[in-house]
Amino acid sequence: MYAYDELDRTLINERVSEFRDQVKRRLSGELTEDEFKMLRLQNGVYLQLHAYMFRVAIPYGTLSSKQLRRLAHVARRYDRGYGHFTTRQNIQFNWIKLAELPDALSDLAEVGIHAMQTSGNNMRNVTSDQWAGVAPGEVEDPRIWSEILRQHTTLHPEFSFLPRKFKIAITASEHDRAAIKIHDIGLRLHKNADGETGFEVLVGGGLGRTPFIAKTIKPFVHGRDILSYVEAILRVYNQYGRRDNIYKARIKILVHELGIEKFAREVDEEWRQMSDSALTLDHSVIDEVRSRFSYPAYEKLPHMPDELKQAAHDPLFERWRKNSVAPHKVQGYSIVTLSLKPVGGPPGDATADQMDAVADLADKYSFGEIRVGHEQNLALPHVAKRDLPQLWKALDRLGLATPNVNLVTDIIACPGLDYCSLANARSIPIAQELTRRFANHDTADMIGRLHINISGCINACGHHHVGHIGILGVEKNGEEFYQITIGGRADENAQMGVLIGPAVPYAEVADVIEDIVEAYLALRDRPEELFVDTVKRLGVEPFKERVYATR
Amino acid sequence: MPLVKNGRITTDLFVHVADGAELPGDGAVLVPAARFLEDPEAILKRAGKAGVIWPNNRAVDDLVPYLDRLAAIALVFPTFRDGRAYSQARLLRERHGYDGELRATGQVLRDQFVFMSRAGFDAFEVKKNADADAFAETMKRYSVFYQPTGDGRVTALNRRMQLRHSESAGQ
Repeated sequence: MYAYDELDRTLINERVSEFRDQVKRRLSGELTEDEFKMLRLQNGVYLQLHAYMFRVAIPYGTLSSKQLRRLAHVARRYDRGYGHFTTRQNIQFNWIKLAELPDALSDLAEVGIHAMQTSGNNMRNVTSDQWAGVAPGEVEDPRIWSEILRQHTTLHPEFSFLPRKFKIAITASEHDRAAIKIHDIGLRLHKNADGETGFEVLVGGGLGRTPFIAKTIKPFVHGRDILSYVEAILRVYNQYGRRDNIYKARIKILVHELGIEKFAREVDEEWRQMSDSALTLDHSVIDEVRSRFSYPAYEKLPHMPDELKQAAHDPLFERWRKNSVAPHKVQGYSIVTLSLKPVGGPPGDATADQMDAVADLADKYSFGEIRVGHEQNLALPHVAKRDLPQLWKALDRLGLATPNVNLVTDIIACPGLDYCSLANARSIPIAQELTRRFANHDTADMIGRLHINISGCINACGHHHVGHIGILGVEKNGEEFYQITIGGRADENAQMGVLIGPAVPYAEVADVIEDIVEAYLALRDRPEELFVDTVKRLGVEPFKERVYATR
Repeated sequence: MPLVKNGRITTDLFVHVADGAELPGDGAVLVPAARFLEDPEAILKRAGKAGVIWPNNRAVDDLVPYLDRLAAIALVFPTFRDGRAYSQARLLRERHGYDGELRATGQVLRDQFVFMSRAGFDAFEVKKNADADAFAETMKRYSVFYQPTGDGRVTALNRRMQLRHSESAGQ
């Protein structure tokens, strides 16, 4: 965990007091709605279909049990008793009252949580691997760098009014769980030939109506130079990014229009003039941030404790363990994913009671720490293997042990037309119906890893382009239709899915997905060949044939 | 529109001269960029201070030869959502060493004061009287700053390092 010091706490409180003043000026009419809109967005407040929506940052996906309890409190006290975890390590509350927002923020500030820059045209919450610091084989804990960047991007005096939003993600593992290739800046921590730590810097990734996979702009930027290099990119973007058309304002369009080589030259030219500046991080500064991350005092535990051997006789436990428990870098410990995708439930939602209970379980079994992943699930990062059977029972009672992590029912979905004023179509009911269709665990397990992503409009908050199966809601003559893509992925081999044919009406979506999955089961050359690999091998044609032959 | 300078509401000594309008014989003037670049010498050598209003879509590099003779540069925020002038301000102050008046014009609201001041602005043509009145109070809103800029404010990182040094020195 990262421990905020007096300075971090002071800044958060100062922001709360500023926002309280902004809300007061809006309520008194001193600020117009147009003026206030920008100010509230800078602090995570959207106006949705039915109410204000409040988005709170969970930087790099790390939460303490105390913080999670406070999120539960906000859900209960100011909202309708639940919250929604998003694809960018944020949590959203959907029914907040404007007049009460400053108090909610103030309650969160007491535990070091804020909503700064969770929306608006600024540098958004810096995200990272939800397994940071515990995944085996990591270069180093990417949260140290995430925190350095979190501080640097918070209330930045030059880059708080960018052409458009700007998202940074960091990974330190070979397998990218942070989806860095679909971010404005993606940072991959690695070591150069001299054993020095630095970053491969990628730029210009993003989804929305013009999706791009990020391109490498520099294969290695030394850790000490990362702030100046990021600042050089931002400065070029702030000056030359398009501001005439909101749909062409992201950095991906600038990179595309200039070409990566020319863009890289512009950035290098800027960087050359600022590289030896106050932004250079010396060892002591990095160590200072590193020193404020605390790690659990792990015990020396056996790889295979008796408790686990005994529990292995219970097929239900085994099913869950095989699905939701991942290897930890320390022997005797595991990383446990808590599925927020129960059959028939809205993906990513958790009730206040569930949050409180997870906080208690984290205290009991995970050194008080919880993680939030972009797949809209939670994780307990430090569970002793001997505790797994007990933890499973507790999670099962809470409805948080659905053994569907990474399976067809582990669906990523945006809030869609049920909440969002931008949406063309509903997302949540599609997800709910699909979880019912594939509710049989043996079937889902036999299908294997398969990511379905649903967005209710072209803005792509559900990341449909990079779903193994992507579902995009569109509107046709006042009716909800859905375009289906297949073969997308968000990991280190990120690519966009390919459209299989004409959009299908709401009522047929689940049938179409079933057809696609059946086609895959018939086409895969062995059970281990994942859906996305079968699509890669065969292309979309056979799937297209199957879906449209009878429609 | 009130002008805030050195933290106080003050009289604007600069006369805004529109394109095509006649230049007054003396006194301080602010002229549009295009007019300035047409004949910089004519404007710089007259009696009275010279300032230029610089658009946010033109590189400040073009101004560099004249910086030591310019008394004021006014940068423009067509709307407060358009943040290009923050970069121009930092470049003028931090890269090119400009030390004359740097004025924020356009849609300037109290919620930008701290950002603007950190980027190097020291004069503000404020849209609303109430915001101008609240200037001093607004500038006190923040005491912690994460980024090093040319404004001289000590960053949180530096304060922590100082704290560490004094702690270890005391041991």
